[in-house]
Amino acid sequence: MGATGWGFKKSLWVFHLNAGACNNCDIEVLDCLTPRFDVERFGIKLVGSVKHADVLLVSGSVPRKVVPDMIETWEQAPKPCAVVALGSCGCTGGIFRDGYNFAGPVDKHIPVDAYIPGCPPRPEAIIGGIVKLIGTL
Amino acid sequence: MSTTIPIGPFHPVLEEPEYITLEVDGETVLGADIDLGRNHRGMELLAEEKTYDQDIFLVERICGICSASHSWAASLAVEDIVGCEVPARARYLRTIVHELERLHSHMLWVGLAGHIIGYWTVFMWGWKYREPILDALEMITGNRQHYAWYRPGGVRRDVPDEIWPKILKILDEFDTKVDLLTGAILDDPVILGRLKGVGILTTEDAVAYGALGPTARGSGVDIDVRRDEPYGAYSEVDWNVIVQDGCDCLAVAVVRLLEMKEAVKIIKQCIEKLPGGPIDAGIRDVPRGEGIGHIEAPRGETFHFIRSNGTNMPERHKMRAPTFNNIPTFRPRVKGETISDALLCFAVIDPCYSCTERMTVLDPSGKMLLSPKDLLRLSHEKTEQIRRNS
Repeated sequence: MGATGWGFKKSLWVFHLNAGACNNCDIEVLDCLTPRFDVERFGIKLVGSVKHADVLLVSGSVPRKVVPDMIETWEQAPKPCAVVALGSCGCTGGIFRDGYNFAGPVDKHIPVDAYIPGCPPRPEAIIGGIVKLIGTL
Repeated sequence: MSTTIPIGPFHPVLEEPEYITLEVDGETVLGADIDLGRNHRGMELLAEEKTYDQDIFLVERICGICSASHSWAASLAVEDIVGCEVPARARYLRTIVHELERLHSHMLWVGLAGHIIGYWTVFMWGWKYREPILDALEMITGNRQHYAWYRPGGVRRDVPDEIWPKILKILDEFDTKVDLLTGAILDDPVILGRLKGVGILTTEDAVAYGALGPTARGSGVDIDVRRDEPYGAYSEVDWNVIVQDGCDCLAVAVVRLLEMKEAVKIIKQCIEKLPGGPIDAGIRDVPRGEGIGHIEAPRGETFHFIRSNGTNMPERHKMRAPTFNNIPTFRPRVKGETISDALLCFAVIDPCYSCTERMTVLDPSGKMLLSPKDLLRLSHEKTEQIRRNS
């Protein structure tokens, strides 16, 4: 495990970015924090600013208007910062792939370390994805 | 000299990533400007490139919380063109899922409102009580959200009878929790101090801005599609439209809390009266014509218009979600309030705890005066102050 891996070993702080998602992935992310799943006991928590984050969680199909904001958010994140594409839209564009305003998916604009598919991914899947991500860093 | 506060565009949870600019003088909010469009996904054009069956999967994904509402409204529009009668069992099953959705949506809002005023317990409890409702939805439809449950003519699959006792048990437990939460919220002088008289939206303003759903009903506007133009099984069960005259944030909160009680009542009656028979009218062809479908989503009236040219794809599919009407009401609500109440005024139309994380106060040169954290702190401090003084 290198220095990066050591930094990611515990207490991952997550910044969640809604890049044109339908809100479902976003709710499931919050579900992870609330009593039934409660990832906060592992020190994983949502933070209000990307400057505090270890992980950038991006959901949504990335409409054109969001692209500059999303890239700017990514540039502001302190490196190393793992990026997770959440949901079918974040991974591939999903049902919005053929839309005229579709400018994604996420990995077209920023480097992605993990993909969590599903529409929406269940909280178990999100937690599983983050755990796998920790294993690879 | 006035200062501007940009809110957004990114929030951890929000219907639409919108961008809001507040104009403030010291503590007082003078005005607000709203910029939408970051969630524009070309939905209406996409709908015209898909068949009627595929469209249901698309319109569900307009909003994750209202996915039952949109797919039902679209199904109603297609049924309006065809002119078919939906079997009674399908109507009841549709109503049950729709009201379960209202329960989880309102509970979600209660939790987020609690978070904004600094009541973490309300947030955690609200979301904890919401989980069994998602389990019930999963039992009936197969998914926690995005149910793919509605289809033009009926519902997509039948439900075995043995799950209803489990769902009734979940509802009974949920009902007692709602009572507990309602009592805890309405008896708490601090919560009342934070909500009462804050964010006034007068009845005239609510009508002028075209507010819908709980936002309008909290301002004394007596509208509800479920009663005014019954669809599904609403005309066959006993329930009340909740209207409050308070016009403030408290009134909207009360509307939502009491509506949960009504929703539980509706679901229980539907399960009791659930008829047998087919679940699908079996629509084969959609003739040339126009149809509308509108229903009362948790946030207000959802409207769908479909024009068919006789093929298997719609020629035009127009959709309008309630939040589109409700967002502008933020403007009259927030005028004259303090910054610490601005978050609440915005959240009251819809759950959006996220704004709290993303608000920043800038002076005209772009220098940051208050960080998102500071704003949340201000809100929490006000609660603390009221708590001390009460």
